[in-house]
Amino acid sequence: MLDLKGYGPTIFEGAVLTIELALLSLLLSFVLGLIGASAKLAKGKAPRYIATTYTTVIRGVPDLVLMFLIYYGGLNGMNAFTDWLYETSNGEIDWVITFNEFAAGVITIGIIYGAYMTETFRGAFMSVEQGQIEAGKAYGMTSRQIFRRIMFPQMMRHALPGLGNNWLVLLKTTALVSVIGLSDMVKVATDAAKSVGEPFLFFIPVALVYLGLTAVSEWGFKVLNARYSAGVAGAK
Amino acid sequence: MDTIIALLDQNEIFTSQAIFHYWDGIVSTVQLVFLSLVIGLFLAVPLAIMRNSKNPFLNYPVWVFTYVFRGTPLLIQLYMIYYGVTLIEGIQETVWWVIFEKAFYPCLIAFTLNTAAYTTEIFRGVIEATPKGEIEAAKAYGMSWSKRMVRIVLPSAFRRAIPAYSNEVICMLHGSAIASTVTILDITGAARDVYAQHYTAFPPFMFAALLYLALTMAILFAFKTLEKRMLGHLQPR
Repeated sequence: MLDLKGYGPTIFEGAVLTIELALLSLLLSFVLGLIGASAKLAKGKAPRYIATTYTTVIRGVPDLVLMFLIYYGGLNGMNAFTDWLYETSNGEIDWVITFNEFAAGVITIGIIYGAYMTETFRGAFMSVEQGQIEAGKAYGMTSRQIFRRIMFPQMMRHALPGLGNNWLVLLKTTALVSVIGLSDMVKVATDAAKSVGEPFLFFIPVALVYLGLTAVSEWGFKVLNARYSAGVAGAK
Repeated sequence: MDTIIALLDQNEIFTSQAIFHYWDGIVSTVQLVFLSLVIGLFLAVPLAIMRNSKNPFLNYPVWVFTYVFRGTPLLIQLYMIYYGVTLIEGIQETVWWVIFEKAFYPCLIAFTLNTAAYTTEIFRGVIEATPKGEIEAAKAYGMSWSKRMVRIVLPSAFRRAIPAYSNEVICMLHGSAIASTVTILDITGAARDVYAQHYTAFPPFMFAALLYLALTMAILFAFKTLEKRMLGHLQPR
């Protein structure tokens, strides 16, 4: 069996962490994307302005730099906050907040891909016909009902290709968390490669896991696509 | 100049030394990205033509190459080439060591192969989308396959590839930040050094972010101008 010089189980744990991290970040970015797209399409100037700044800045800066900013910056901010608490309470409140690297990773990747999702969803929202929304209003639906019954199911069909792309890029971006010290499969493989001195033995299986995840995702999106395109003439 | 340096030296974090450190970072980021993009572009043209060929012996290997390089993280590719080569026993004694001693070349190789894979797929798409009529017209004129490629297919494909390619350029700029993980002093590397000196994260990384943002804007502007010139006939009037 493939025991990878005893590192097999650790690499497997790393792979599980990668998948958990990717799925949770996807969830966060999905929610942020929906909020961002709604803000961009809102009538008010302020939400549009905020959302545009968010997407422009995030998409103009490398993921790794944003990760350092949020992770190390968050660390600094927490320390400053606990110091301030300690001093203002004259030593009464002495908190030690442990900074959770996993949460930091999820938040960072979620915020980054939320910007990409915003653009995807914005385009998809715009492709739902205005007449359908008006019809919903004419039936007396609330705006929540319109979103859940009319907008969302039809928007998803247009958003799926972009969503699939974003997911595949997000999955590969999770490799960066190894740089801030999270034990994902890249970190585990790098440590193993350095101590054993056989880099290919560890990096090739990890690369294969990424390829496998990519292939599974492509298949999954095909299935989803078929589901959301049901009843649309000419759609594959 | 001296007054600027004197002024900077009053600053706690952004001393003149730190600014020069960032400058070195900008130079190596631009060097790495520019070189890998140019070499990758030259590799991508023949690869894309092979990828479009009906011969499975030409098509299939290129498909494997692009699938592997687009399906795995750039970080893994960089580590494989960097550690893969430097950890080979006895490499220090060979002539190759001159090249691989510095992290620059492994990094350049990884970036080049990665961008070549993405660019190949971009070109494959636009070559495939060449209007049938143009090729039929060229055939009717009696042009050979190579003449058709050089005169008809490639020029129009290059033009139509510009929007997608500008995305790839920006992706490469942003991807290049991982060069700092293999000891290269790029913009991110400079920011990490300044962070390690002072242990305050916001100023050094914010400055790096602004530098990347400025480079991104410059690239976008350049491509917008190019698009206007080359794709003017496709723009709404």
